[in-house]
Amino acid sequence: MKPRFNIVRLSKWFFMLSGAITIAGIIVFALFGFNLSTDFKAGSRIQFQLNQQVPDARVRQMFQSVGLTIGDTGLTVGGIERNVAIVTLPEQLSAKQIAAIQSAEHKFFPSAKQDIQVNSVDPFVAQQTARKAIWAVLAAAVCIVVYVAIRFEFRFAIAGIIALLHDAFIVLAAFALLRREVDLTFVAALLTIVGYSINDTIVIFDRIRENVKIHKPEDIDALRDVVNKSLWQTMTRSINTVFTVLVAAVILYFFGGVSIRNFTFALIIGLISGAYSSIFIASPIWVAWRGRSMRKHKAVANEASVQ
Amino acid sequence: MKWGRLFAFLLMVAAIIGVTAGTVPQVWKSIPLGLDLRGGVDLLYAVDTPKGQSLSDSGRQALLKAVEMRVNSLGVSSPSIDLEGKNQLGQDQIRVQVAGVKNQQEAVQVIGATAQLAIYGDATIDKKTGKITPVGAPLATGADLKSNAKWVVDQQDGKNAVAIEFKQAQKWIDITKKYVGKPIFVFLNGQLLTDPVIQQVMYSGSSEISGGSLTTPQACMALANELNAGALPYPLTLESETSVGPSLGQTSLQRTMVAGLIAIIIIFAFMICVYRLAGLIADIALIAYGYLTLLVFSGLHVVLTLSGLAALVLGVGIAVDANIITYERIKDEMRNGRSLRSAVRIGNKNALRTIVDSNATTFIAGAVMYIFGGQGDVRGFAVALMVGIIVSLLTAVLLSRLMLLTFTASGAVRRPWWYGVGKGVLKQHETQV
Repeated sequence: MKPRFNIVRLSKWFFMLSGAITIAGIIVFALFGFNLSTDFKAGSRIQFQLNQQVPDARVRQMFQSVGLTIGDTGLTVGGIERNVAIVTLPEQLSAKQIAAIQSAEHKFFPSAKQDIQVNSVDPFVAQQTARKAIWAVLAAAVCIVVYVAIRFEFRFAIAGIIALLHDAFIVLAAFALLRREVDLTFVAALLTIVGYSINDTIVIFDRIRENVKIHKPEDIDALRDVVNKSLWQTMTRSINTVFTVLVAAVILYFFGGVSIRNFTFALIIGLISGAYSSIFIASPIWVAWRGRSMRKHKAVANEASVQ
Repeated sequence: MKWGRLFAFLLMVAAIIGVTAGTVPQVWKSIPLGLDLRGGVDLLYAVDTPKGQSLSDSGRQALLKAVEMRVNSLGVSSPSIDLEGKNQLGQDQIRVQVAGVKNQQEAVQVIGATAQLAIYGDATIDKKTGKITPVGAPLATGADLKSNAKWVVDQQDGKNAVAIEFKQAQKWIDITKKYVGKPIFVFLNGQLLTDPVIQQVMYSGSSEISGGSLTTPQACMALANELNAGALPYPLTLESETSVGPSLGQTSLQRTMVAGLIAIIIIFAFMICVYRLAGLIADIALIAYGYLTLLVFSGLHVVLTLSGLAALVLGVGIAVDANIITYERIKDEMRNGRSLRSAVRIGNKNALRTIVDSNATTFIAGAVMYIFGGQGDVRGFAVALMVGIIVSLLTAVLLSRLMLLTFTASGAVRRPWWYGVGKGVLKQHETQV
């Protein structure tokens, strides 16, 4: 693709944009935290048996009628005849609420076989999983740095990791800002985004490395031009690739199941951020860093020649 | 036109589509699905705390950890383990949901079974009943052992035995020092298993236990597994056992499948629109990718969960990306004035380095997630990601490349337009081709 504008020279604005979203996300997170689902939060479990297969929408209506909303992944169907409804709610229920749900059950399902059973729940494994995921991502980041530093150079490695963490952060910030529910599927989405982000970044770095080898830029302006050229050379690929993966995510969001809507939403944000950060964050960071050490190098060389 | 090459190309296409269409339903059925995709069994246990005692915070953590280890030893993916409120008797309850109903009995057995191993220095025998009961406090229990117990055959007498190793070798040295020439009494779940006489001080901290019911390799392996799973701090009693549907919901999953199919069709159409015949080759390679990953999953008996599925979708993205990188590179080479066939060759070569580097990085990420992710969802994702990358290298790079080279070598279609090369690209040398 032909260069439309100079990406590297405009990088200041992109840094500011990403910084603003991240800071807004941190502020909202600090004030309100995440909107955690029962996957991660202690809550209540309500179970009751019907004399028919559990109708998804009607059970949701029943809880709606007493002012309780079932999250996207909050309703499970059990029993061999699929006639047991299991509802998890992210709050502790008062005796009054339990009584209200009981009468709602009688109203919505007059022929139900069983009264509701209410239990408090303390999720254990999900919390462990989330914790392990964070450690796994951080450990992966360290190993990626080592590999990229060996195959490319150290600066590429750090720039790539910053882009990766940027994408994870943007998704977390988006969920905090939009008050979207963070459930167990969110962990899978976050891991996917991390995998995509680093893959996408390395493809562009590879082209920069190649062009730097061919053109051997001497000063920072030449370096900026080489990087800008590399970014535009890979632009068609960047757009085509992100288009194909984004199409899949958007279609799954609108036409897929409700219970994975948080998952696909996280994917959409993360994929856009992943493609964006490779071009507008990772590469400019590398230029700025490489340019600085170039200047230092030159200064040292000049001094040497003066003496 | 070289008919042989064209025939070879068509044969490859026919083989891929034929094998996939013919066997995909069986392969799909043989892949075990996780709790979130297929549902499983819901087990509710009551915690038998000693009378009058309630579950302390540290006791609760230890219990949940022990249950988690046991569930993981079943090899199921992403179990759900919740601590629930008290039952009518005032006991705390633990709810465990595991995928699959095939091993229901085994699951009930393994989660609730206790292997309480204790070594005593003295024991008495009740003359009337012949029952042997330990005297005093145990010298050591299962909690003092490393979780690497395994079945072995004793080298001297050829008997089946369980090899154990103490966490602190000193403990075993002290015990054997004190009891040289005297018997010790090994109890399993309150039953005397064996009462060997210590022949000499053992300095290695490892030992073997045998005798009693440990006559078969199966019995030894079962005990070793139970010892490794760690003793439950409190006994558990099964209260209820229900089958549960997928936690993501049946209708929800069906809709997702349909949406996934639509997405794949759009991606296929997009590739054909942009890269024409080359795009079609990429699509066929994608079919091979999908088929091979399912085959690997079925072969490895990996439990597929939503996070695994997400990794496979990411794999599709990576596979498509590999083709796009290659085709864009081929276009670049043609811009530099190469002929179609040499551009395909050189473009493939140059693109390969990019693809290998980016995929190696992602593969490393997957491998590290596998190591640090523990059991469950993170590991499931990591396995699927690694499988996805390797298969995408095989199909989207090797297979796709082989097909493209064979096809261009056949000379059946020479116009660059059919390979997604626009007019703008070929201004200078269009006449050459």
